[in-house]
Amino acid sequence: MLYFAPIANVLFLGVIDPKPGFSNYAKIFESDTISNLILRTLKLCLITTFLAVTLGYIVSYAMVHTLSHIRRRMISILLISFWISVLVRSFAWLMLLGHNGLLNNTLIKLGIISEPLALMRNEFGVLIGMTEYMLPYAILPLLANMQGIDARISQASRSLGASSSQTFFNVFFPLTKPGIIAASLLVFISSLGFYVTPAILGGGKVQMIAEYISVQLLVTVRWGVAAMLATLMIVIVLLLIYVLNRFMKLSTIFGGASR
Amino acid sequence: MTPSFIGRLNQIVAWGILLIIVIPSLVSLPVSITNKTYLSFPWDGVSFQHFYNLFTSPEWISSFWQSSVIAVISSGLATSIGTLAAIGLWRLSGRIIEFIRAFLLLPLMVPPIISAMAFYRWWVPLGFIDTYIGIIMAHTILAIPMVIIAVSASLANFDLRLEQASRNLGASLATTIRRIILPVTRPGIITGAIFAFILSWDEIVVTIFISKFDVFTLPRRLWNGMRENTDPTVAAAAVVLIVTTLIFLIAFDFLSGRKDKETGPT
Repeated sequence: MLYFAPIANVLFLGVIDPKPGFSNYAKIFESDTISNLILRTLKLCLITTFLAVTLGYIVSYAMVHTLSHIRRRMISILLISFWISVLVRSFAWLMLLGHNGLLNNTLIKLGIISEPLALMRNEFGVLIGMTEYMLPYAILPLLANMQGIDARISQASRSLGASSSQTFFNVFFPLTKPGIIAASLLVFISSLGFYVTPAILGGGKVQMIAEYISVQLLVTVRWGVAAMLATLMIVIVLLLIYVLNRFMKLSTIFGGASR
Repeated sequence: MTPSFIGRLNQIVAWGILLIIVIPSLVSLPVSITNKTYLSFPWDGVSFQHFYNLFTSPEWISSFWQSSVIAVISSGLATSIGTLAAIGLWRLSGRIIEFIRAFLLLPLMVPPIISAMAFYRWWVPLGFIDTYIGIIMAHTILAIPMVIIAVSASLANFDLRLEQASRNLGASLATTIRRIILPVTRPGIITGAIFAFILSWDEIVVTIFISKFDVFTLPRRLWNGMRENTDPTVAAAAVVLIVTTLIFLIAFDFLSGRKDKETGPT
């Protein structure tokens, strides 16, 4: 209750502050700043989801098709980075992608570029940081799904004369669809709330909803707008969790994540 | 299946992606031993001056202690409350419990910024802003679901009749919990405690909102340092943060590995 009462209070504020009614919600359409903010957040989250799930699919596919001791090593690498603070990881990208960062310096030394590339303080940097952070979230449900597929199904398909690409696209891939959907939803839900990564790698230029909320609260003290955005986020998250729950029991995801 | 060309390629690409996941966790290490006074890689020489700065600076030291105190207390509280809640949920069942269980998991899925808003809103009138109590309570509340998940997982395999047998043979409820249920769920409790500790140790978003000057945790100081973006001491602090997390993960791995050996491969 200690948790839900304050949350409910925040949601309620969206309707009553500064004055009762839905004026805060009308801002979604009226204010360019806010509609741009929402669109930018959705766009970045969608791209992140796509990248993380695609790359995650490649990794989990390799994981199920390798020896079990190699798979264990791959999983432990994944879990270690999963538990390392988002702060530390964003900071690392800052050092890698920055103006005098490792990547730019190396490319200049190799003579590939003459001017440092703008790799951060823009959407590109934020996307890299977010995708990297989200990859374990994509891989764990995909892996759980792929490990549940009987390897003999693919073998049967091969022995009945299908080529390996036919086997993959007609047999294996359709079986992994629930995993793909679950992974996409999970990544999308988690990336909606990104605060640290855009703030550090975006350098204030790529604001997402979470960072905007914090500015509203700590700088301009407009609870109404912040609460409206928070409500919007919660509604989207709850809807997606509901859908997610139908594809994969939440507990299996967390069970997979905590091991 | 024999490893085909595409299979090999897939393995190589997968390791490449894993490398990209790992690099950010490692890059603080070289930067923290640079001999320059700005963020750079130690091409021209190695120095430990930034670690020296870190461990002699009163600000960093006090943040380190504050983070430790907060993490220890909040993970202790979260573990006790979460364990009791998990045992309670496990003994009861039915539709309402399913609902409560789903409800309890929500704090893990709700974006942290919204939790931060909520705590901020309520902690201000309560006078909890910028106090140990405020931060410990917030971290405890956030960590309880993790403990519940971990303990429930280890309770799932526990035969309810063992508890009934214990009660039948004359043990009181307290004795039963202490001598029968707790030993069985110990791996789950340890797991939950470790994860609760890491959560509090790394937590930043909520902490930004509810701390100001007096309570300044390690992640909070790191956050401020990063935004100023000049001093490699921040990298040294990041290394300390990573190493602590790693120690706890290794402890977890060790404990769960020992458990696997006891029960044998399943």
